[in-house]
Amino acid sequence: MSEAARSGRSPAAQLDEVDKRLINALQGGFPLIAEPYRQVADSLGVSEAELLQRLDSLLERRVLTRFGPMFQIERAGGAFVLAALRVPEAGFERVAAQVNAFPEVAHNYRREHELNMWFVLATATPQGIAEAIAAIEAATGLPVFAFPKEREYFVEMKLHA
Amino acid sequence: MPELKPGPDPELDATDRRLIVATQAGLPRVSHPYHAIAEQLGIAADEVMRRLQRMLDVGVIRRIGAVPNHYAIGYTANGMSVWDVDDARIDELGMQVGALEFVTHCYRRPRRLPDWPYNLFAMVHSRNREEVAARVAEIAALLGDACRAHDILYSTAILKKTGLRIAG
Repeated sequence: MSEAARSGRSPAAQLDEVDKRLINALQGGFPLIAEPYRQVADSLGVSEAELLQRLDSLLERRVLTRFGPMFQIERAGGAFVLAALRVPEAGFERVAAQVNAFPEVAHNYRREHELNMWFVLATATPQGIAEAIAAIEAATGLPVFAFPKEREYFVEMKLHA
Repeated sequence: MPELKPGPDPELDATDRRLIVATQAGLPRVSHPYHAIAEQLGIAADEVMRRLQRMLDVGVIRRIGAVPNHYAIGYTANGMSVWDVDDARIDELGMQVGALEFVTHCYRRPRRLPDWPYNLFAMVHSRNREEVAARVAEIAALLGDACRAHDILYSTAILKKTGLRIAG
């Protein structure tokens, strides 16, 4: 992870107009046809080779974190829970390392609040969540506050480059 | 606004799971990406496309496309706004908050009293904290007297970000 990403205050990456159009056009609806990149390239007025090369570069530079299907993990039989810890400032780095060591921890953010560590647990089965929480509590000696979603009102990528 | 169906898809089979494992890190960036996956799994390319389409139709796949790193495209302020909303009105109001153009995720979650009084979470990404605060004020206006208290938790560091994976 770059220093900029770590700080959470990175300046925007250098993107040209074609990159921006590509990012905005590729946020959903990638075609399920034999040559999908060619169709997208045609619609953007670039060659397929240029599209693939730019996509590789955007992934390489971490402007895009991923390109492909975005799964709804609960529909695939897995489970996904937001959780938080109240971590004493003096032990923050140690606890971050302990929490991050769990493969079930997909994302982990430091946030400005008394509950200062917020992470997402993703497991192959719903029972896996309770097991991961118990293991994190044992490793850190801190109570985990779990916030399973009760209802989703909307989730969509609406960010424009 | 469609509500996603809860619970696992009963028709998901072993081949679908292999397809999920093969594509969750991303699609191959070659002219015929579905053929490349098909070859890897030992099934026909048509079947790969048909199965991906079915998983899209039933909501196992939300969408197929690019996942931007919001910091890299200029959304450097990330505020998790949290709200204590009247239980009788949260679903009606949650739908309205979720529909706001600048809200990228919106969920109802349990309170954890006395530590945590908030039951509505709305993620707001913007170019700076002032913009996040202005957008949170819009949400506050929308919720009106149905909201008893709120807070904004700004992120100050990404400690880990690997994306969601299911076991392969």
